[in-house]
Amino acid sequence: MKRKCDLCDRPATHHSVEILKGQKIEKHLCDAHAAQEGLAVKAVHKPINELLSNFVKLHSGAPAAQDLECDNCGLKFSEFRESSLMGCPQCYTAFEVALTPLLERAHESATHHIGKVPSRAGASEMRQQTITRLRKRLDEAVAGEDYELAARLRDEIRKIEGHDPGEVDPDEARPAPSRAKPSGRDTDDTAEKHP
Amino acid sequence: MMNLERMTQHAGEWLRGAGPHSEIVISSRVRLARNLAGYPFVGRSNRRQRAEALARCREELVSGRIGSDLLWVDLCESNELDKQLLVERQLISRQHAKGGRENPRAVAIDADETFAIMVNEEDHLRIQVLRSGMQLGPAFDQINSLDDSLEEKLDMAFSPRWGYLTACPTNLGTGIRISVMLHLPALRLTGEIEKVRRAARDMHLAVRGLFGEGSEAQGDLFQISNQTTLGRSEQEILADFQHAVVPQIIAYEQQARQALLRQRPAQLDDKVWRAWAILTNARVLATDEVLTLLSHLRLGVNLGRIDTVDIRTINEMFLLTQPAHLQKLTGCQMDPATRREARASLIRQRLGVR
Repeated sequence: MKRKCDLCDRPATHHSVEILKGQKIEKHLCDAHAAQEGLAVKAVHKPINELLSNFVKLHSGAPAAQDLECDNCGLKFSEFRESSLMGCPQCYTAFEVALTPLLERAHESATHHIGKVPSRAGASEMRQQTITRLRKRLDEAVAGEDYELAARLRDEIRKIEGHDPGEVDPDEARPAPSRAKPSGRDTDDTAEKHP
Repeated sequence: MMNLERMTQHAGEWLRGAGPHSEIVISSRVRLARNLAGYPFVGRSNRRQRAEALARCREELVSGRIGSDLLWVDLCESNELDKQLLVERQLISRQHAKGGRENPRAVAIDADETFAIMVNEEDHLRIQVLRSGMQLGPAFDQINSLDDSLEEKLDMAFSPRWGYLTACPTNLGTGIRISVMLHLPALRLTGEIEKVRRAARDMHLAVRGLFGEGSEAQGDLFQISNQTTLGRSEQEILADFQHAVVPQIIAYEQQARQALLRQRPAQLDDKVWRAWAILTNARVLATDEVLTLLSHLRLGVNLGRIDTVDIRTINEMFLLTQPAHLQKLTGCQMDPATRREARASLIRQRLGVR
């Protein structure tokens, strides 16, 4: 036998018994009314996008961040907070300050890309990538007290950096592929859009 | 030339029921998110920009460089049933199926359905490779070379610091999503599936059902995928799955299967043969019930408790009994009640009984 909700005709799914001033009070409620009464705790798996947007709402606290706007597509940071979607590649540069802590939380403290680099993005990015990767391995080697490996990695890094006068600053994030456009290919000028 | 009608008769390569560890690993999938440089992301593009990006991608995809027998499906022109069919076959996402004619979007599918490329989903390009069994290595190699070919002609949005730039920051960096579909009936029957969920969560992995969010545990099928895409290379993420995550879950499931065989053989056989009895005799069957019964039957076949049917037939039924496939196969639109009858009849036919 299924009991109906005290307040409507739907089946009751939440049941509680309280003793108030010596009187027993039973409540039988459906999901919706239980939620209204504050009885129900909904334990659903939230999709990551939702978690992210909730997280953005909580932690993008710096009031200045709210006024950030992307020069290229006009997306406001507050709009990103609502949708958790970026407007265009340049948004990552425009919102970098507000975004970094957020990305660290979403990606296990990562702050830089490690992995594939489009071959057309140019050799300098490739080099930058290799250095970032070697630095990470170096940190691990030092942490693991593998000094022999650490020394070798250091040499490797120096060698690669030797090709590039001046320290490579991996933080200098510019939208790379538009720079890497080979001349004389197509004339798709939308790809050259810069503010 | 392949078409959707022909596609409906069989399941794709990924449900072939072959490949390493196919008794537990149904399929391996790798997906890459890419965006064209110089355009706003799809969500912030106007109709013209979307149409332009679509045309640009189409030009490359149908050029023949990445596959000669590609099926190009313009989703603005497709009817609801065809779109639902593609969702059931895991060739497009539910999100991609939604939306009307004002959103220019498409999918390119290769002849044996090992890869599919969604254009103008959340990102301009969502490339996916699907293989049966535990074949993440070959799947990754294939997708990597697909990506290389596309990159020869298309400029992808990329930053040295953040990697491949994606509409949602949860895909930023490698843009890679590696997932395996696992059949874990014994862990379910022995009540240990929560352990797997907890362990997966601790490893920053997502656990979903056969049809993604909200279809959890149907048919004891679980999809496990990475969530972190920034700061770890494709190879590192891949290696985690190949050497740590998947082997361990396979070992858990095998232990649970052995435990069932040793400690509760009669109950196990009862589950298996009841499933067979119902599937071969029922006249009305709902999707959920079918998935559960097929799961038990599959377990029985894998453990040698029943040999009246093979794995490939069972795998195919997981797909062909879904609503859109059923309607395509019978060639008519049906309400849910009629579908339940058609489903029972299709199953009896596939299992060789009248």
